[in-house]
Amino acid sequence: MRRILRRREIVADDWIQLGEEAAEGAALIVPLAELRKDPGRWWQWSGRLGVRITPVDRVEELAQELPRLDLVAVEFPSPSEGRGYSQGRLLRERLGFRGELRAVGAGVRQDQVFLLARCGFDALELAAGEDAQAARRALERYDVAYQPGSAEVGLRAQRFSAQ
Amino acid sequence: MYRYDELDQAFVDQRVAEFRDQTRRHLAGQLSEDEFRPLRLRNGLYIQRHAPMLRIAIPYGLLAARQLAKLADIARRYDRGFGHFTTRQNLQLNWPKLADVPDILAELAGVQMHAIQTSGNCVRNVTADHLAGIARDEIDDPRPYCEIIRQWATLHPEFTYLPRKFKIAVTGSPEDRAASEVHDIGLQLARDARGDIGFTVLVGGGLGRSPMIGQVIREFLPLPDLLSYLEAILRVYNRHGRRDNLNKARIKVLVKSLGVERFREQVEEEWRLGRAHAARLPASEVERVRSFFRPQAYETLEDFDASAGREPAFQAWYRYNTRAHRVSGYRAVFVSLKAHGQNPGDMSCEQMEAVAALAERVSFGLIRTTHNQNLLLADVRQSELYEVWRELQRHQLAMPNIGTLTDMIACPGLDFCSLANAGTLAVAKQIQERFDDLDYLYDLGDIEIKMSGCMNACGHHHVGHIGILGVDKHGEEWYQISLGGSANGFTALGEVIGPSVPKSEVAPTIERIVELYRTLRAEGERFIDTVRRVGLAPFRESAYATHSAAA
Repeated sequence: MRRILRRREIVADDWIQLGEEAAEGAALIVPLAELRKDPGRWWQWSGRLGVRITPVDRVEELAQELPRLDLVAVEFPSPSEGRGYSQGRLLRERLGFRGELRAVGAGVRQDQVFLLARCGFDALELAAGEDAQAARRALERYDVAYQPGSAEVGLRAQRFSAQ
Repeated sequence: MYRYDELDQAFVDQRVAEFRDQTRRHLAGQLSEDEFRPLRLRNGLYIQRHAPMLRIAIPYGLLAARQLAKLADIARRYDRGFGHFTTRQNLQLNWPKLADVPDILAELAGVQMHAIQTSGNCVRNVTADHLAGIARDEIDDPRPYCEIIRQWATLHPEFTYLPRKFKIAVTGSPEDRAASEVHDIGLQLARDARGDIGFTVLVGGGLGRSPMIGQVIREFLPLPDLLSYLEAILRVYNRHGRRDNLNKARIKVLVKSLGVERFREQVEEEWRLGRAHAARLPASEVERVRSFFRPQAYETLEDFDASAGREPAFQAWYRYNTRAHRVSGYRAVFVSLKAHGQNPGDMSCEQMEAVAALAERVSFGLIRTTHNQNLLLADVRQSELYEVWRELQRHQLAMPNIGTLTDMIACPGLDFCSLANAGTLAVAKQIQERFDDLDYLYDLGDIEIKMSGCMNACGHHHVGHIGILGVDKHGEEWYQISLGGSANGFTALGEVIGPSVPKSEVAPTIERIVELYRTLRAEGERFIDTVRRVGLAPFRESAYATHSAAA
């Protein structure tokens, strides 16, 4: 069973990935390429629908569809892959996405979770083998920051704020 | 200088705790070397040829005496008693033990220092003019803006995993002593018609494998927009910079492939859409940071010629190693780390302690590191120069060669660095020995030699009047010579003059080049101006005149 670090709680994943056994009405995550290939099918899905994007996908192109999506999963194939941080902020700040923003992939490690949460990710699907308790504690490694950022991380002081 | 407030201190303390935990996990086998690497790099820690190397940040090159004394203390207790100052105004320790690094970082945090983001693919130490705040040609002091950028860039949630490293320099003077045109972003302070402060913004400069000069993407950026605009540039780069090829991942490659016009359009569009969510820079914050950089409590003094009637050795030092100051009665004093027989930029802990104590006595307790790998005491009363000279002499820090051919820049090269193809230190020594006659050096005048041990160009060879690049030829160290580079005010990339030469031929080749200059120069003409006037051809010919072994 997949575990998700969601809003500082470690919970069982209540979403199904395409390719896994999915009962009618289940919450389902479909890769963006698949959604584009067969939109008729997936938009008819009986349960909640999420989409999974890769580092090269332009999140702006999802603008029209976001209100109908309950989850966006952003891939971090390795810890040094940094594009997803921009995708996360854009989804939250510019595109106003309010559903679950989930970081997935081998790059989602305890040493990344603080930054991910600051960029608006409220759900972290940790890389295989990563210590979930350590990752939860890592969300609290810092209680101060210089930049404005998501309230996913509770800070007591922040130097700069946004408008 | 800037002093940490509670937020700054809490941040560096928490950073040390984080790195201590990461190091512990690595040593316990829970983080592999591949997993640990990006984490340690972002804390300044490399694994070099012989040992780890720790690069300690000296933001825009400004140090308090107690900080320099602490660096000496660390070098003595955790290393081999010396450190190496770099072209990015930082300090490198070449022999720390990995397990000791968290303790070293904790010691640094105790004096408001750190090694954060001195390497790795993130925003690096922001550099500035070493004469900031005292130069007579200055539009505004760049250091408050460097400090603001330092804070904004530190553990930026979006920009900590960029495609490649990212270097920003800020200059406040038209004579660009910060080499801003060869940085990923160069900011040149300017005033608009109303007299308000802002920046001319350049992007895409850089040395390394494919050297390029930065291009202007905004003639005037008002100060309040500084951070939101930087954020727009970084976001375009983070999203679209290449990640498939390390050698094409710098922003300069993106700017070149898009063309500066399209790159500018993308940045402006990103800025328009994103600035509401970007960090704001309120006037109150600018004022808070500026208040740390107010002019010193100078005395009212008259200028006078402190060298008049003194011995020739002092007169030479006065002429070459001191500079005019904005305030009458004061001069800036270079502490030369270019004594002949010494590795350029190296300093022993005894020397560091002596300079720290001297700074306390004569220069408001502050020391600056320079892009040219020397130190500077910025605010010395002219009446104390003689005593300062005697003290620096006692510690072999008064070599009167600043601005001359032996005030050269050199990276640590093959002796320390695992990237290098060839040694630089032995070549530096060879040049120092060949050009040991001060009168000859003075006759040659202002010549900048810059030397790198590999094409990554840490020694900035592309912008040396004479550039030296170490290359590997079938396991042997050879050296490529270029001429005509410059990074001050008028930025130009040097051109390779011909085939590389073997190690033993570097100094003789340079001697033939400068000898030709002596015959070609017009009255009072500097080396670089002669090169520009006559072109490379005559130099090419004479450089190889007696050297048939060139391959």
